[in-house]
Amino acid sequence: MTSLFDKFLPLEETRAELVAVSGVDPFHVVVEKVVSATEAMINGRKVIMAGTNNYLGLTFDPECIAAACTALREEGTGTTGSRMANGSYAAHVALENELAAFFNCAAAIVFSTGYIANLAILSTLTGPEDVILLDTDCHASIYDGTRLGSAQVIRFLHNNPADLEKRLQRLGDRAGNTLVVVEGIYSMLGDRAPLREIIDVKNRFGASLLVDEAHSLGVLGQQGRGLAEEVGVETEVDFITGTFSKSLGSIGGFCVSRWAELENVRYAMRPYIFTASSSPSLISSTRKALEILYRSTALREKLWDNATQLYQGLVAMGFELGPEISPVIAVRLPASVGEATALWRDLLTQGIYVNLVLPPATPGGGSLLRCSLSAAHSQVQINAILDAFSLIKEKLQMHQP
Amino acid sequence: MQSKEDILEQLYELVRPYTKKPIELGEETGLANEVGLDSVKVMDLITQTEDHFDISIPLNILPDVRTLGDFAEQLQKLLKDS
Repeated sequence: MTSLFDKFLPLEETRAELVAVSGVDPFHVVVEKVVSATEAMINGRKVIMAGTNNYLGLTFDPECIAAACTALREEGTGTTGSRMANGSYAAHVALENELAAFFNCAAAIVFSTGYIANLAILSTLTGPEDVILLDTDCHASIYDGTRLGSAQVIRFLHNNPADLEKRLQRLGDRAGNTLVVVEGIYSMLGDRAPLREIIDVKNRFGASLLVDEAHSLGVLGQQGRGLAEEVGVETEVDFITGTFSKSLGSIGGFCVSRWAELENVRYAMRPYIFTASSSPSLISSTRKALEILYRSTALREKLWDNATQLYQGLVAMGFELGPEISPVIAVRLPASVGEATALWRDLLTQGIYVNLVLPPATPGGGSLLRCSLSAAHSQVQINAILDAFSLIKEKLQMHQP
Repeated sequence: MQSKEDILEQLYELVRPYTKKPIELGEETGLANEVGLDSVKVMDLITQTEDHFDISIPLNILPDVRTLGDFAEQLQKLLKDS
């Protein structure tokens, strides 16, 4: 007799193989206690967290914690429903106004997570007569949003404006009804979209552009608004989505637009309408984090110092990395899945937690040890991360002919 | 217009490198269960097929594609519209 669970047996087998190699399940690591923005207890020992996307280290910022505590006491633990049914709290609306002002945009909508932001916008903004042209390396939330919607979905080759142009050309009259989707910094390899070139192409065809700045908010641009600010093309970007769960240290997502008409879309987005809204404490810590991000460039500068040091240190050791310096640093491993998992375990044993990324989740195949740096990492911690990688480099060399 | 048979012959050449073990490819060959394509390899095959036929293949066709024959039919429609 078959079971509903039969189709998950290959997953169970793969998990069992990984546990046999590493002694722990790399995709179910339990953080026993969070010590700080960069340290935690795992398997009974203190570990440096170098794979958390906590770019500015704001999860333990005293001002953010104080703001969250005040909201928690004054407005309770949760909103117990959606904004359309239960009403928006004043803080939800205030955050939307602050985001619109921060991005110099006409409209802003806050969502319960970054995933939901993309799900909502990608599924609703475009209809059956429209086309979504997305970069092949776009995040799963973008792909999933397109599956929930009714637009025709076509991919263009990663970071390849010429391929984008070819596909817009093929669309003929429909090119003007096309939404092009790219990311500020791609989450796996840390590379950026060639935004100026992509804008040149989409402008020639009258297409619209959405940039997901999930990994670039607080990381790129003089004011931390992301890649569009850094490249100086903000007025030519139609929609920006992003998350509060990385640089802003909380949970939530957003979409901003230079088009005030975005406000009308709010009332049609099922992932917005039928989800509980963010709790008051999350909204309050997010507002405080956005204020900190706005008033100080020091955290961003420290983040880039740390990223540059780690990237250059790993290059000097001979590791193959993503194509450019970024707070997302992906180490490509010329190793089997089992060997990659063992190397990941070796890093953990040495007190360093990074993300293990295995095929088919990796761009171009192969396995990755993905680090994400934080402004809160100290010099001692960066050195410790480099020392740990140095030891696994020795192991890798021993295994190679 | 290319016939379904013509398209299938070209598809066999495109799909063959993806087969994990030698199998006879035919109209009824399943892309997931027989060729062994996972979600990422399906995307790679789509990219190669786009290059080969010089068309864009919408991802929306995927739910209707189980076999090579299904894929050939979808390609035939796309080639007709291009």
